[in-house]
Amino acid sequence: MDKELKRSIILDNYQNPYHRERHDDEEGYIKINSRNVSCIDNIDLYVKMKDDKIESISFDGEACVISISSTSIMSSLLEGKTIDEAIEIIKNYDNMIEEKDYDKDILEEALVYDDVARQPSRKKCATLTWHGLYKKLLELNEEK
Amino acid sequence: MNREDFPMLDGNLIYFDNGATTLKPNQVIDSMTDYYSKYCANAHRGDYSNSLKVDNMYEGVREKIKKFINAKEKSEIVFTSGATDGLNRVVFGYFKKHLKAGDEVLLTVSEHASNILPWFVLAKEIGIKIKYIPLDCHHEVVLENVEKMLSDKTKVISLAYVNNVVGDIRPIRDIVELAHQRGILVVGDGAQSISHIKTDVTQDDIDFFVASAHKFYGPTGIGFLYGKFDLLDDMDPVSYGGGMNAIYMSDGYMELREVPTRFEAGTQNIAGVIGMGEAIDYLDKIGIKNIIKHEHELKEYLVSKLKKIDNIILYNEDTAGSIVAFNVKDIFSQDVAIYLDKYNICVRSGNHCAKILNKAFNVENTCRISLCFYNTYEEIDKFIEIISNIGNIWNEIL
Ligand SMILES: Cc1ncc(COP(=O)(O)O)c(C=O)c1O
Repeated sequence: MDKELKRSIILDNYQNPYHRERHDDEEGYIKINSRNVSCIDNIDLYVKMKDDKIESISFDGEACVISISSTSIMSSLLEGKTIDEAIEIIKNYDNMIEEKDYDKDILEEALVYDDVARQPSRKKCATLTWHGLYKKLLELNEEK
Repeated sequence: MNREDFPMLDGNLIYFDNGATTLKPNQVIDSMTDYYSKYCANAHRGDYSNSLKVDNMYEGVREKIKKFINAKEKSEIVFTSGATDGLNRVVFGYFKKHLKAGDEVLLTVSEHASNILPWFVLAKEIGIKIKYIPLDCHHEVVLENVEKMLSDKTKVISLAYVNNVVGDIRPIRDIVELAHQRGILVVGDGAQSISHIKTDVTQDDIDFFVASAHKFYGPTGIGFLYGKFDLLDDMDPVSYGGGMNAIYMSDGYMELREVPTRFEAGTQNIAGVIGMGEAIDYLDKIGIKNIIKHEHELKEYLVSKLKKIDNIILYNEDTAGSIVAFNVKDIFSQDVAIYLDKYNICVRSGNHCAKILNKAFNVENTCRISLCFYNTYEEIDKFIEIISNIGNIWNEIL
């Protein structure tokens, strides 16, 4: 993907994020707070499950361009996926960020972060909410 | 001023993060290298000439600090690893011993974490109560708000001389006077003030005072605690070991050495102490009056320029210190800092270790510029030019 296109996808997700809304204390929403103490981002994710599937993800918070945009991209990418599918996608995403082998075909727009490793301080921003959700999904899997 | 003394300023770095740590002049760096390469030895140990020299240097720094902050006695200066260490020693060495459940300590929400968390722990341990002095509309501490918070239970007021987020200079002398009329002790955190305003612990009549050398052009990992002699004499050490005991026996009996040696257990950061002494000499040479004048003028200049830029939000334009807290409308502070970094301009973004201040500020995070004497008008002009072009930010940082 060329730099221009990446930039416009990131900006679009930052300026018009997917499902940026709060669902505090609403029935059926699991709230996951992700904070990055070193780089001050603070985002709440709201995940609604239906059986084994992620029915919707929304979020709100204060964070940098990379955290917000990557959360927006994650939300639209993972909606409708099963827990296992979502776990697989997040693992691949993480491998991409860490410059390991990964499956390009399942990451869609999230591929815009394939060179984040060049700015090591931003790796945390790009994975902040992904890691938070990953942990929660593993928990849900265990409860099954 | 004096830029040539700072090797970090050789290139095109614009360093605006002096509140986090200051750069170090050659004089300080060389003094530490000299210790390691020319007369390395432990202190208080050997009978040979290098060790004696180290002893003299080490104790000489105590004398320098005593003079610099106008303490009465050299023994009132304890070497620490920094302001955080100093505050912890005061809280756990002195106040843990002298406070009881229900006693109140007054802080503000804008204190640095190091002047809040130790008190939280003490509150848990012995049941003291923490109360916050309300800040005025400029997020500053004013005497009448201190007065309002005093009660029969108030035993300590612990405040920074200069705050690290908005940079306001607190009316410490007046606060101490008020406190002492009621037998309340006052702890002064000098981390942000010592290199920017004159410190006079005797005039201020402050009870305890802490500072970190790395914020006054000295090395990291070293600082000092000042305490009035009688208070120090009544304070417990928080570490025990070599160098600080007079005698001890197998049955557990021990006698400690005199103040301040009692508080310096184990081999100390000798190179750090020597570097800190050099930093004091350096500050003395430049003169705190000249520093105050230059920093004040720079800050006024910066604020006047920033005010002309539309999308800049300023949080503390009227405060007296050399700190400017700001945001760019609709851009997260960390992104602004990363943008500036592309041009080799160092500013800090975040909550500046004052995590409960944001409630008062109504904003979680800010960018902070903290100026010092080696900053220049040219640097500010360059910064203003770049921040004016922040419309480019996404091309630059994405
Ligand atoms: C007001 C204030 N107090 C205490 C500290 C802690 O200093 P140190 O980290 O050197 O112990 C700082 C450092 O930022 C500070 O700004």
